[in-house]
Amino acid sequence: MLQTSQLLIILLFVSTHIFAQDDLMDLLEQETQDSTATIYTEGTFSSSRIINGHSVELRSPGVLEALISHRFGCVCNGISEFFGLDDANTRIALEFGIAKNLNIGIGRSTLDKQFDGFIKYRLFRQQQGYRNIPLTAVFFTSMAVNSTEAPPDLDWDFANRTNYTYQLLLARKFSQNFSLQLNPTLVHKNLVEKPQDDNDRFALGIGARHKVTKRMALTLEYYYNFNQPDDQDLYNSFSVGVDIETGGHVFQLHLTNSRAIIENGFITETTDDFFDGEMHIGFNISRVFNISKKSQTSESW
Amino acid sequence: MNIIMKLSGIIKSAVLVSLLFAYPTGLWAQKYISYESKVSFFSEAPLENIEAVNSSASSILNLENGEIVFSVPIRGFEFRKSLMQTHFNENYMESEIYPKSTFKGKVSGFRPEPGKYSATAVGELAIHGVTRKVEITGNIEIGPNELTLLAKFPVKLEDHNIKIPKLLFSNIAETVEVTIEFNYRPYVTN
Repeated sequence: MLQTSQLLIILLFVSTHIFAQDDLMDLLEQETQDSTATIYTEGTFSSSRIINGHSVELRSPGVLEALISHRFGCVCNGISEFFGLDDANTRIALEFGIAKNLNIGIGRSTLDKQFDGFIKYRLFRQQQGYRNIPLTAVFFTSMAVNSTEAPPDLDWDFANRTNYTYQLLLARKFSQNFSLQLNPTLVHKNLVEKPQDDNDRFALGIGARHKVTKRMALTLEYYYNFNQPDDQDLYNSFSVGVDIETGGHVFQLHLTNSRAIIENGFITETTDDFFDGEMHIGFNISRVFNISKKSQTSESW
Repeated sequence: MNIIMKLSGIIKSAVLVSLLFAYPTGLWAQKYISYESKVSFFSEAPLENIEAVNSSASSILNLENGEIVFSVPIRGFEFRKSLMQTHFNENYMESEIYPKSTFKGKVSGFRPEPGKYSATAVGELAIHGVTRKVEITGNIEIGPNELTLLAKFPVKLEDHNIKIPKLLFSNIAETVEVTIEFNYRPYVTN
């Protein structure tokens, strides 16, 4: 009995002795392990666009983004057209973070004098910790109105000028450098080219970003059309690009076979064949401003 | 006789055990753990001042031998501008690769009894995966059942391999000023 209690005492001594020598850092790690903390994945893409289409990135509440996009003429036109730069389709847009998961935007494109508006709502976000969610999901919908003058023989009322796009954007940041996005898409066209054409056009988009340096990334985007009319010389949109981040600005330079900058256009109305050299140089420049009360200045660093 | 032997054995061991348990609190509660903290940094530059605050850092201080450790989760830094925070994590601190900054060292210049002291900590500061030996002076205030630690020190970004693109050079100071404030209470094991 005495031996047992002695043993007990020795054991206690030993254990406290060991405890005293424990690395304080290990102790701190133990004490601060917080299983309820949520780590959200940030920076899945550099910008609100991958190239032409939207990425899952949202602007924070109170942040206004001014976005200017250009898609030039065909590179194939050669030096006389300065590789397409003489002729530009421009979209000027203002996009705004309303709530944590909600963005809206309006824009105006040169092509077809189109006005567009969109709503982007984040359903859930890639995260680790308390809950593990491997994907970010965003619902996107837009409406575009063609405001060009109607040809004299056509009754072109407001409804006939309007197109709608619905997308589910599903993205995962696989690593610090690689992100992938899938976009099941429906474009509804109130007016189609020929009577036998479908008004509802289904497509699946895929977009990827690979960071090559901390501030530069290569991007790729492709939209596959499921029910494209095959008698109208239409192609799937294919684009490659480079993202350059410089603090408050993001520059996106790309080569694409699409002239249009908005969804219903580049997904369903691309008439050039990228692999036949019918490419267009394009860029997006975005600048964000904090317009909430907390900060009055523009973001830059 | 046998029972008495047994009893005395139990009593002896009980006394010894209680002494052992009493030892840490009886002499001095030597380990203190932070329950409240604030780590902030400020960078003054011509175009824009940059400021961020982190309240999720933690620390343990052993008053007996002055050993001290800090752990600062990088993602805990909150900026006024959300894009700044993203860039801070993504481009500057690479918080996915280096999620924590730590300090491990020894504080001297105080006695383990209530009072205010100007103390110096010498140790290893790890930021952005680069560990450097530093000396930081600050104030330590020991109360009857808690203590507070305050310090302010510069961190040179170059020292920790935090690169600023040349384009933005005028925007970000090469040295940022870090301020820390920690409140501790005795560390009790379960």
